[in-house]
Amino acid sequence: MMIRRSAIGSKLKALKRFRKLGETYMAVTTETKQPNGIKGLYYRFYGNAPLLGILMGFLVCTLWEMIIGKALASLLLLPKMPILFGLVTMSKVFAGLINLAIKGTPFEWSTLIHVPMALIYFSIIYAVPLAVVIRLSAKPANAIARFLQQLPLIVTALVHLGFMYAIFHFWAELSDYRLISLKLTLIAVLLTLSLNIINGYMGEFSCSHPGFMAVGAYMSSFFTVGLFVNDKVLGDALLGIPLAFLSFPLALVFGGLCASASALIVAIPSFRTRGDYLAIISLAFLFIIKSFFENMQSLGGSRGIMGQPDWATLPVIFMVVVIGVWAINNFVNSTLGKALNAVRDDEMAADAMTVDTRKTKMVAFLFGAFWAGLAGGLLAHVLRFINPAMFGIQKLAEVLAMVYFGGLNSVYGSIVGAVSISLLGEVLRPLEILKWIFIPLLLILVMIYRPTGLVAFKEFNVRKAFGPKEVD
Amino acid sequence: MPLLEVIEMSHSFGGLQAVSKYNLSLEPGQITGLIGPNGAGKTTIFNLITGIYKPDEGEVRLQGTDVVGRRSNQIAALGIGRTFQEMRLWRHMTVLEHVKMARYSKLSYGLFGAFLDSPKRRMEEEALTELAMEYMQLFGVDQFADQLVVNLPYGAQRRVEMARALAMEPKVLLLDEPTVGMTPEEMEDMIMVVRKAYERFNLAIFLIEHRLRVVRELCQHVQALVFGEVLVEGTPDEVQNHPKVIEAYIGEQEIDF
Repeated sequence: MMIRRSAIGSKLKALKRFRKLGETYMAVTTETKQPNGIKGLYYRFYGNAPLLGILMGFLVCTLWEMIIGKALASLLLLPKMPILFGLVTMSKVFAGLINLAIKGTPFEWSTLIHVPMALIYFSIIYAVPLAVVIRLSAKPANAIARFLQQLPLIVTALVHLGFMYAIFHFWAELSDYRLISLKLTLIAVLLTLSLNIINGYMGEFSCSHPGFMAVGAYMSSFFTVGLFVNDKVLGDALLGIPLAFLSFPLALVFGGLCASASALIVAIPSFRTRGDYLAIISLAFLFIIKSFFENMQSLGGSRGIMGQPDWATLPVIFMVVVIGVWAINNFVNSTLGKALNAVRDDEMAADAMTVDTRKTKMVAFLFGAFWAGLAGGLLAHVLRFINPAMFGIQKLAEVLAMVYFGGLNSVYGSIVGAVSISLLGEVLRPLEILKWIFIPLLLILVMIYRPTGLVAFKEFNVRKAFGPKEVD
Repeated sequence: MPLLEVIEMSHSFGGLQAVSKYNLSLEPGQITGLIGPNGAGKTTIFNLITGIYKPDEGEVRLQGTDVVGRRSNQIAALGIGRTFQEMRLWRHMTVLEHVKMARYSKLSYGLFGAFLDSPKRRMEEEALTELAMEYMQLFGVDQFADQLVVNLPYGAQRRVEMARALAMEPKVLLLDEPTVGMTPEEMEDMIMVVRKAYERFNLAIFLIEHRLRVVRELCQHVQALVFGEVLVEGTPDEVQNHPKVIEAYIGEQEIDF
């Protein structure tokens, strides 16, 4: 007996020592974290580049492209200026090769030259200037960032957003294709983030997001087309005010609120319990909404509504998306919003700590639906045409892919996911049907190696993001 | 009037009578213990008091008002805090966020304050952070403030749970086996922590515990529960040496080490 007890005692002591070791190890690693490999190399050169410097770099690149882009493209024997960083140009060549291999479609071998040329174009226009400007501007940019940090947050934010908008503006000015891709990507960011509230922060699985989007798109179109446009379906314009576009925010908010209201239909039955109910009910809701709009002849039936006024311009979309990201980020960083994480990680404990779990879930769901509706309204006015088929299961797959690829529970993740999946979709477009092999394959790989997505569980601190970065 | 009073509470799961005719009365500044073999219904009693289950019969009165039938978050907000046997921390949240979350019901900035980052929200959140830091200091976990709880050593996780429960400012604190799985040194720490909480906040503490050593050191009054019924009630020594209790625990006489 004595021996056994002492053996246990020494084991416990060893365990204790081990734990202490763990603690000190933890303290050390959190203090001096030195990443290796490519990441380390990146940090060595660019670790001290603040966001402002990076934005400056991009601005220089876009302006640089405006000046020499066309000339350089023709010099490099490219048929036209590469639109998406030369990626589409390259994927077109690969698509041609694949078609040759599979179907035996004749392949123009001289187009092979486009691949190195696109790479050269990309380096001359983007990679090299970006690297140089970011490196050189790090010091002054840090100084400016430090100065800006003393000003109220709103000023700092406006400066950064101004830079960002300028980049978007100049970049999109060169081609209509770029403009529409950019608009759709921005909308995708908002949509992804709004779904991330539910699937990421709250940890439920909702499938009804395209449905909310449809409600938002239809209701805001109903508002704008019905009131201000002579339309076959919705009749003549009821009002004809010259400054009608000022009512666009109203239309969007109206669409968002309608989407929220429709979300109640899903939320009330499914939040009484936890589990798979939400996934099933929300999927049913998606189909109901779709067939509802297909059968509403007064809303255009399956042909939908077209002729929305062209009000969703780049600045409008940029503003709405920024406000959306800001509001959602505020919410999820407040204690009221963190309650979502508490509900997700352990609902019983959340209840025991006074968290009103039912209200929390309800609010998050309606809030997510609101922004999805708003994104839908924007989409309707970008495409200027909507029909029920746009809001089906494929849209759901797309937005779910963006959320899970980018990363759960993270604003950065949503941005990364939306941008990369949108970009990938455009880049792989020349591959036609093979696109639907590549994207799912990529998703599977991400799920295997990073089950929660690329940038999951990362807090987005606005002040820190805009602040200066110092390395030693 | 006692602070928390349970009168003739009964509950059954299907055909299994988990708790029958259970009575309890807690006064502020008193630590009461609840002992009993596994499956006696101790945790069920906690779940009944905190509203996770609704009792089939009987009353639970907090300062005179009947709380039976209210949702568990409402009961918690009325002043019944608890910890869990299996801890139930939120694995993706930091220590600071844990302690702040316990003040959920006391936040007043509202949803739109949260969406729009109103000045009121900023003020409240800042005050809340300070308050949470105080609680964390009290339990010696303030150095982990920005760490995820899963990265903490076990004893520290237990202390985080205590800090979280006390940040609610409960009137009654229910502790479900606070020393389970602890080394003797950690157990000593935990006894200190409970005593500290008790002295500082003048709480009524109700404690489930298997280790009679802890019960003897902390409790003034002990109930021994077997098969959902209170077998013996009294001071720790009385209960511990009662032949019925020893019988219920037979084969486990050596549990004290």
